[in-house]
Amino acid sequence: MPTMETAGSFLPIIAALPFLGALLPGLMIQAGRNTCTAFTLAPTVLALLLLLISAPAVMRGEVLLFRLDWLPALGLNVTFMLDGLGLLFAGLILGIGVLIILYARFYLSREDPMGQFFTYLLLFQGAMVGIVLSDNVLLLLIFWELTSLSSFLLIGYWKHLPEGRQGARMALVVTGLGGLSMIAGMLILGNVVGSYDLSVILTQKEAIQASPMYLPALILILGGAFTKSAQFPFHFWLPHAMAAPTPVSAYLHSATMVKAGLFLMARMWPVLAGTPEWFYLVATTGLVTMVIAAKIALYKDDLKALLAFSTVSHLGLITMLLGFGTKMAAVAAVFHIINHATFKAALFMTAGIVDHAAHARDIKRLGGLRRLMPVTFAIATVGALSMAGIPLLNGFLSKEMMLEEAAHTVWAHSHWVVPVLATLGAVFSVAYSFRYIVHVFLGPERTDYPSKPHDPEFGMWAAPGFLVVLVVAIGVAPVLAEPLVKATAASVTGGGLPDFHLKIWHGVTPALYMSAVAVAGGALLLAFHAPLMRLWLATPRPEAKTMFDAVTRAATLAGRGFTDSLHDGALSRYAGIFTVTVLGAGVFAWTGGASLPATRAPLPVALLPAVGWVLLMVATFALVAFHRNRLMALVLMGIVGLIVSLGFIYLSAPDLALTQISVEVVTIVLMLLALNFLPHRTPAESGPAKRFRDAVVSIAGGVAVAGLTYAILLRDFAAESISAFHLDKSYKGGGGTNVVNVILVDFRGFDTFGEIIVLGIAALVIFALTDAVLRGPGGRWLTSWDPVGDEAGDRHPLMMVVATRVMMPIALMVGVYIFLRGHNDPGGGFIAGLIVAIAFLMQYMASGFAWAESRQRVTYHVTIGFGVLIASLTGIGAWFAGRPFLTSDYGYITIPPLEKFEWATAMAFDTGVFLTVVGAVMLALNSLSSMARRTGETVNIFPMDINPARSDDDDDGEGEGEGGR
Amino acid sequence: MNHWVIVPIVLPATMAAILVLSMRHHPTLERVFSVATCAVLVAVCTGLMALAASGTIDVYELGNWPAPFGIVLVLDRLSALMIVLTAVLALAVLLYAIGSGWDQRGRHFHALFQFQLMGIFGAFLTGDAFNLFVFFEVLLIASYGLMIHGGGRRRLRAGVQYVVYNLLGSTLFLFALGTLYAVTGTLNMADLAERISAIPADDSALLRVGAILLLLVFAIKAALLPLHFWLPETYAEAPAPVAALFAVMTKVGAYAILRMYTLVFGPELGATSDMIGPLIMGAALVTLAVGMVGILGARRLGRLAAFAAIGSMGTLLIGLSVFTHQSTVAALYYTIHSSLAGALLFLVVDLVREQRGTAGDLQEPAPPMAQQGLLAALFFGAAIAVAGMPPLSGFVGKLLVLDAVRETTHVWVIWSTILVTSLVAMLGFAQAGSVVFWKTAPEPEDTPVLEDAAAEAVTAPQPPVLPVVATFGLLFTVVALSVLAGPVTGYLEATADQLYAPEGYIMAVIGQR
Repeated sequence: MPTMETAGSFLPIIAALPFLGALLPGLMIQAGRNTCTAFTLAPTVLALLLLLISAPAVMRGEVLLFRLDWLPALGLNVTFMLDGLGLLFAGLILGIGVLIILYARFYLSREDPMGQFFTYLLLFQGAMVGIVLSDNVLLLLIFWELTSLSSFLLIGYWKHLPEGRQGARMALVVTGLGGLSMIAGMLILGNVVGSYDLSVILTQKEAIQASPMYLPALILILGGAFTKSAQFPFHFWLPHAMAAPTPVSAYLHSATMVKAGLFLMARMWPVLAGTPEWFYLVATTGLVTMVIAAKIALYKDDLKALLAFSTVSHLGLITMLLGFGTKMAAVAAVFHIINHATFKAALFMTAGIVDHAAHARDIKRLGGLRRLMPVTFAIATVGALSMAGIPLLNGFLSKEMMLEEAAHTVWAHSHWVVPVLATLGAVFSVAYSFRYIVHVFLGPERTDYPSKPHDPEFGMWAAPGFLVVLVVAIGVAPVLAEPLVKATAASVTGGGLPDFHLKIWHGVTPALYMSAVAVAGGALLLAFHAPLMRLWLATPRPEAKTMFDAVTRAATLAGRGFTDSLHDGALSRYAGIFTVTVLGAGVFAWTGGASLPATRAPLPVALLPAVGWVLLMVATFALVAFHRNRLMALVLMGIVGLIVSLGFIYLSAPDLALTQISVEVVTIVLMLLALNFLPHRTPAESGPAKRFRDAVVSIAGGVAVAGLTYAILLRDFAAESISAFHLDKSYKGGGGTNVVNVILVDFRGFDTFGEIIVLGIAALVIFALTDAVLRGPGGRWLTSWDPVGDEAGDRHPLMMVVATRVMMPIALMVGVYIFLRGHNDPGGGFIAGLIVAIAFLMQYMASGFAWAESRQRVTYHVTIGFGVLIASLTGIGAWFAGRPFLTSDYGYITIPPLEKFEWATAMAFDTGVFLTVVGAVMLALNSLSSMARRTGETVNIFPMDINPARSDDDDDGEGEGEGGR
Repeated sequence: MNHWVIVPIVLPATMAAILVLSMRHHPTLERVFSVATCAVLVAVCTGLMALAASGTIDVYELGNWPAPFGIVLVLDRLSALMIVLTAVLALAVLLYAIGSGWDQRGRHFHALFQFQLMGIFGAFLTGDAFNLFVFFEVLLIASYGLMIHGGGRRRLRAGVQYVVYNLLGSTLFLFALGTLYAVTGTLNMADLAERISAIPADDSALLRVGAILLLLVFAIKAALLPLHFWLPETYAEAPAPVAALFAVMTKVGAYAILRMYTLVFGPELGATSDMIGPLIMGAALVTLAVGMVGILGARRLGRLAAFAAIGSMGTLLIGLSVFTHQSTVAALYYTIHSSLAGALLFLVVDLVREQRGTAGDLQEPAPPMAQQGLLAALFFGAAIAVAGMPPLSGFVGKLLVLDAVRETTHVWVIWSTILVTSLVAMLGFAQAGSVVFWKTAPEPEDTPVLEDAAAEAVTAPQPPVLPVVATFGLLFTVVALSVLAGPVTGYLEATADQLYAPEGYIMAVIGQR
C-alpha cells in the first residue's frame, strides 16, 4: 500500500500539474492565442500556489515528504521531498515560468505554432519541477533525462532553421551524455548507501566519503552536473542552444535547465563536498569556466551569444562557490542563484525585445537605442549593471560574497591563484555587461536599423520589468531575501549555518578592493574593445561546433561503413561465419569437458555398406565437381538420397526408407520442373581465394560432424532410453504393431501435427510466392523469356501417357494399401500421401498440367485445409471423451460378411496427414505450372500430342488456353 | 486436465485451416475471423496467465501419454507471460495490417499469420525438446511466408537469406538434439534435466557439445552475434506488420535460452555452467554495440529499426546471461519492453514510409507529411522507448539490467557498454528524427498552386485511422509497462522463483520417481 505523509500530499500534484497541463495548449490553440496562453498559465499558477501554500512549513525548517511505491524491487519509487533548496528552485522554475509564458504570448508570431510551443514548455517545466522535488535519485534521473528530451524539442522548435536542429541535437547529446554518466554514478551511490532515497543518502556522509567508490561516483555524478550546467569543457552546447526562440533561452538559461546541474551539486553537497577531490574538481572547473566564458562573452556580437557566454560564466562562478566546500560559500552560491535568475531572465527578454523591434541581434548593427526604446533601455541597464556587480543591485551583493570567499581560498598551496583569477573573471564580466549597455543603447542613433526600433507593448516588457524590480528591491534591501537564502542554504549545507546577515556594506574588505578593480578594469577593457576585438579575431581558437560536427559526422560515417561492410549481404560469407562459430564453440565445449572410454566397439566393415559408402562418397565429390551443371547436380543428389534410403533399409528402418524414397522422388521431380526456369549452368561467381576459403570451412564442418557422430556411436545412453516404453506400449496403448507409425500418429502425434502444418504452410508459401513473383518484375521477365535449348518435339508422348494411365489405378491402390497397413506394418498416411501425389504427378507430366487439372474437382487449397482440419478435429474429438488433445482410441468392429477389423482414431488423424501431403505436393506443382504458362507455354486440350486414333483435322494438340482453367 | 492450455495452439491452427478452406476469396471474412481469433487468444492467454500466476504448473499430456514418453505442454509463469505478450502484440499488429491494407498485398496473409501464432505459442508452451524443434519449423516456414508477403525484388532476396540461414539453424538444432538424445536417451525437458544432473563430471564432453550446439541454435533466433546475420535485411525488408510481429520471434530464442539453461543446464550444473553464461555475456555485449552502431549508421529508417531490434536483444541477453534471480527479472522485463517497443518502432516507420511517397524511409528531406505532428510524436515516443530514455519502459528496463549486473566481475565493461551505446542510439535517433520530421524539403516545383485545402488533399493523403490507433495502442502498452513496473516485476520475481527452483517443474511433469 502506498504510504504518504499528508503534509507532502501537494508535492505530486505540483510535479504532475505541468505534465497534465501540457495536454491543454495543443488543444486550446484552436480557441485562439489568448485562450491558449491562459490555459498554459493555469497549471503553472496553480502549481505555484500549491507551492506557496507549502512554503511556510518549509521556511519553519520542516521537510515535506510524499511517498508512493513504484518499483520497490529496484528501489525506484515516487518519493518527493520539499525542503528549502527544493522550494527555492521550484519557486524559480514556476515563478519565472509564469513570466516567460506571458512574455512568449507576445513574442511568438502568428506563424509560430503556439500550441506546440506551450506544450513543450510545460513538459519541460514539469521535468524541472520533478528534478527539484525528487527524493529518489532514480526518479530524479528520470526527470533529468526528461529535461534533455523536452529541451531538445524546445531548442529545435524553429525546425526550419538548421542552427535550431543542430543546436538541439548538440544539447541532447551533451546533456544526454551527462545523464548517462549520472546513471552510473547514482547506481554506485545507491549501492554504497543501500538506498536511493535522498533523505537516506544525505545522512550517510561518512559512509560515502570512506567508500573506495567515492571518487568514481563523484566523477560520474559531476559528469551529469557539469554537462547540464555547461561547465568547461562541456560548455559549448549552450551558446548553440540560442537558436531557440528567446523565451526558451530566457527560461532554460536563467532559471531552469542549466541550473539543474547546480541544483544537483547543491543537493549532493552535504555528502559529496568537503573533500579535496570535490574541491579540486568542482572549484577548479568552476573557476576556469567563469574566466574563459567571461572572456569569450566580451567578444560576442550576437546579443544572445553574449548573454549565453555570460550565463556559462556565472554558472562557473556558482559552481566554484559550491566547490569551495565552506558553508559561507554555499550561502553565497544560493544567493547568486537567485540573483542570477532574476537579472539574467530579464536581460534575455530585453535581448528578445530588441531583436523583435529592430530585427537585429548583432551589436554591430545596433547602438543608440536609448531614446527609441527608453523602457527597454531602463530594464536592460538595471539588469546589466546588476550582472556587472554595481552596488545597490542584487548582483553586487552576491558577487561581493563570492570575492570574499575567493579571497581566502588556498589552491594547491597558492594564496593568490583563486582571488586573482576570480577578479579577472569579474573584470571581464563588468566589461561585457557594460558593453551590453554602451554598444546597444548608448552612442549615436543610426539610420540603418533593419526595422524601426520602438518599445514593445506593455505585455512584452511587463515580465522583465517585474524582474528588475526584484533586482533593485533585493539590492537595496537584501534582508527581503534573507529568510529564503537561509532556508535554502540550511538545506544545502545540512544545517548548522554560521550566523550571517545579507547586507550592503561590509566595511572596507579585500572583496571591496577586488570589486573596485573589476569595475575599473572592466571599463578600461571596454574602452579598448575595438583593438582587442581585432586581436581576438586574429587569434586562432578551437571552434567547438566544428569539432562536435566533425566528431558526430565521423561517428555516423564510421558506423555506416562498419555496419554496411559487416552486413554486406553475402550469404556464403554469413554461412561461413556460422560454420566457423559453430565449430569453434563445439571444439571449445568438447575440450573443456572430460570423456569416458568408449562403451561400444566399432563394427567390422562389411562389403555391402562399404559399397554404399563408396558410392555415396563418389556421388558427393562428383556433386562438388559438377555442381555448375544443374541437371547433373540434381541427378547426383538423387543418388545420394537413394543411398541414404538404402542405408535406412540396411539399418532395419523400412518406414524411414519408404518415406525417404518417396520424398526423394517428389522433390527431384519438382526441382526438375523448377530447373526449367533457370539457366542450365550456375555461373562462377567466386575467385580461387574464396573457393579455397569455402573448401576449408566446409571440410572442417564435415569432419566435425563426422567426429561428433563417431563419438555418439561409440557410447550408450546414460539411462535407459524412452524407446523401450514405446516398444512396450505400441500395441497395448496405441493399437498398432508398427511402432514407428504409432509414434508418428500417437505417441508423438503432436509433432506430426506440427510437421504436416509445416508442409501445408510451405505449399501455401510457394503459391503466394509464385503469385508475388508473377505480379512483379519476375512475371514480366517470364513473359519475355525465351527458353534456351531445344524443346521436345513430342511434349506428351503416347507411350508415357498410356503407361501412366495404366499405372494410375495401381499406384492409387498401393497408396490405399500403404495407408491402411500403416498402423501395423511399414507405411502410413505420410508415405501414402506421397505415393498418391506421385501417381498424380505422373499424369501431369504425361499430359500436361491443365489437362490433368481440368479433370480434378477439388482445389488443392481445400485439400490442404481439410487435411489440417481433419487432423485438428481428430485431436479435438478426444476432448469430448474428457481426454487430452490427440488421445487415440481403437477397437474392433465386424461388418458382415467381412472379418472383424480394427479401427483406430489414429486412422482419421492419418487421413489428415494424407490429405495435407497430397494437397501440398499438388499445390507446389500448380505453382510451377502457372510459371510455365506465363512463359508462353501452351496448354493442350488433348491428353497427348500425337494420337493415331484422332482424325488429322484436329491433330493439333495445342490450343491457346481453352483447355486450361 | 485443463484443455485451455492447448487452445492457443489448436485455435489458430484450426482457424488457419478454415481460412484456407473457405474464406480465401473473401477478404472481409478473413479479416473478421482473424481479428476475432486474436481477440479470443488474448482472452484465453490472459486467463491462463491468471491461472499460472498462482504458482501452479499445468501439464498437458498430449495423447494422454505420460511424460517423458509422450509430448507435454507446460504452463508455468514464464510461458504464460510469453503467450500473453505474443497475443497482445499479435492483435495490435493484425489491426495495423488490416487498417493499412498490408494484408491484401499478397496471398494467404491471414492463414500464415495464424499459423505463425500457432508456432510461437507452441514454442512457448511445449515441454519437449523435439517438439520445440517442430514449432521452430512451423514458425520459420510461416514467418518466411509472411516475410515475403507482397513480393518485390529486395524483399524476395532478403527472404532467401532469411530462410537459408535459418535452415542452417534447423540443421544444427537436429545435431544438437541428436547429441543430447544420444547422451540421455530422452527428449522431454524435465526428464533431460533429471538425467543430465546424474551424469558424472568425468563424462561431460559430449554433453557440453550438445549444450553449446543447442545454445547456438537459440542464439540464431535471438540474433546474438555473430549469428545475427539473417536479421537486418529480413526485418528491414519485411512488411511492417510482419517485422513488428517478428519482434517477439527473437524473444522465442531468448525464452528458449532461459528455459533450457535454467531447467536442463541450470546454473548449478558443473559441466556447463562455466561456459554458457560467459559466452552469452561476451556475445551480447558485442551484439548491443553492433546494434546501436547500426542505428547510428543506418541510411533508412527500416534498417534503423532492424538494428534497434538487434541492440535491444543485446541488452536483454546481457541481463539473461548472468543467470541470477535478479538478472532474470531484469531480462524478462526487458523482454516485454523490447517486444512492444520494437514492434512500435516498426509500425511508426511504416506510417512514415507510407506518407513520404518516393522518399520512403530514406533519411533525407522530403516534402512535409500529412499529420506530420502526429507521426513525429509517435516517432519520438518510439525512439525514447527503444533508446531507453525516460519515462518509458526502456529506461526502467535498462536500470534493472544495470542494477542486476552489479555483482559480476566485468561490471565496468558492461555498464560502459550499455551507457555509451545508449548515447550512440540517442544520437542516431536524434539525427534520423530531425532529418525526417524537421528538415522538410520544399514542395516539388511543378505542383500546381491550389486552394489550401485542396493542395493538402493532393500532396498529403491522410493516413488511415486504424493503423494509427493500433500504433497508439502499442505506445500505450509501453507506457503501461512503465507505470505498472511494480506489479509487473512482482510477477517476474515470482517467475524467477519458479525458474530457479526447477524441482517444481520437474515434479509437475514427471512426478515422483
